Amino acid sequence: MDLILEGLIKAFQLIIALDAEVLGITWLSLKVSGVATFISVLIGISTGMIVALTRFPGKKFVVSVVNTGMGLPPVVVGLFVTIFLWRNGPLGFLDILYTPTAMIFAQAVIATPIVMGISIAALQNLPAKMRLQILSLGATRLQMVWILLREARLPLMAAVMAGFGGVISEVGASIMVGGNIKGYSRVLTTATVMETGKGNFDVAFALSIILLFLVFLVNFLFTIIQQRERPR
Amino acid sequence: MKLLKTASFSLAAFAFAFLATFAPTISQAAPANKTIILATTTSTQDSGLLDELLPVFEKQTGYFVKTISVGSGQAMKMGEKGEADVLLVHSPDAEKKFVAEGYGVNRMLVMHNDFVILGPKTDPAKIKGEKSAKEALKKIAAANALFMSRGDNSGTHALEKKLWKSTGMNPEGQKWYQETGLGMGQTLSVAAEKNGYSIADRGTYLALKKNLGLDILVEGDGALLNIYHVIEVNPAKWPKVNAAGAKAFAIFVVSKKAQAIIKTYGVKKYGSPLFFPDAGKDPKSLGL
Repeated sequence: MDLILEGLIKAFQLIIALDAEVLGITWLSLKVSGVATFISVLIGISTGMIVALTRFPGKKFVVSVVNTGMGLPPVVVGLFVTIFLWRNGPLGFLDILYTPTAMIFAQAVIATPIVMGISIAALQNLPAKMRLQILSLGATRLQMVWILLREARLPLMAAVMAGFGGVISEVGASIMVGGNIKGYSRVLTTATVMETGKGNFDVAFALSIILLFLVFLVNFLFTIIQQRERPR
Repeated sequence: MKLLKTASFSLAAFAFAFLATFAPTISQAAPANKTIILATTTSTQDSGLLDELLPVFEKQTGYFVKTISVGSGQAMKMGEKGEADVLLVHSPDAEKKFVAEGYGVNRMLVMHNDFVILGPKTDPAKIKGEKSAKEALKKIAAANALFMSRGDNSGTHALEKKLWKSTGMNPEGQKWYQETGLGMGQTLSVAAEKNGYSIADRGTYLALKKNLGLDILVEGDGALLNIYHVIEVNPAKWPKVNAAGAKAFAIFVVSKKAQAIIKTYGVKKYGSPLFFPDAGKDPKSLGL
């Protein structure tokens, strides 16, 4: 019990004192996972839309692959990305291993199938005749895509939240490709692992609380956007 | 196919976002020779020593050190693959092999501290005060008392295996011998939680002491010395290695300035130093 109390007090202290290092770590977490989610949303929703709205042989297979990807273990992604980004690896020339860029890369790989899988389900759930209806009312294809996206806004926002939640909370890939370098590639989750290893359970606990609070804030924001009254 | 157009539009948007977000980061890391990858053990990082040393080095030389803290075994694997520039490790036998096989050059003595055998206050195997680490392990085995091993090829694990070997026993597979596969701190937490014995470097133990119910039961045996060396990864094997940076770092850690920091580090916080500087000493004085 002491530890929980100490942790809460420590978290409060760190936030109140605006501890520069903790702020930096928090900001980097938000930045890395935010950019990774953004990339995964661009790829996930656009490709998800193509898969959902077109018919092609092997579609079921593609969808199952994407759905499997939704459970992609971060450590596996971390290991693969590390091997690829090694100096002497196939993408070594990029020279981005142990940088925040590499973390964004790995997290985008983790989040994309999540966003894509939910997007496919969301768009397939729309009534099939709706597309014909929209087109028959004289909309261009681009307008149709836009209307469909708006129509599926609720589950699509859920896709964004799931993607963000997946990457902000993962530690396996970030620690492998980022290296948990102080003041450079240390994020909330990797710092929590390190502080636990150091036996600073109160700090680790405080960092966890900050992480939870951050995730809540971001999801609150997303939820507001999601639940907004539709403009008529 | 308007849909394809939409798709290509999205892809273009993605490519733009990709460039916008990635380009600045890539250019930041561009002077590659200014970045050094230091592969080291968890103990140097978890004890906080590197947080003291690195800023001084970085300020003095303008290099940026990326510390990857893993077990000594993994650190040397990174060196073997040319994925690190310089190593700060504590696994002497493996290090000698590493250098002999041509993966590393200029191995230099940096510092030492010692390992201690820890256990619960109740001490079921009655090893408290035992002078010889070897005898202590024998007693633990004879009592079938729980022993937590790192099991991760770290420097600590290597020493522990060496000690077991000296007893002529192989504890692996025994019910009372468990491997965590975790770092030092976490392994100690597990040992404390399960009332088991374990071996740890003194620095990590001191740093964690307040949260553990473990006591030092055996210490001071020469076999428990924990010695750190710095090794530059051989640039002849891996041309991409930042040889100049590695050399600069190696020279720094054995310099008077760094050695002075090592000497006093931890005194304020723990009442005693965590490491003892050894640069330039005859390795034989440490029994090597």
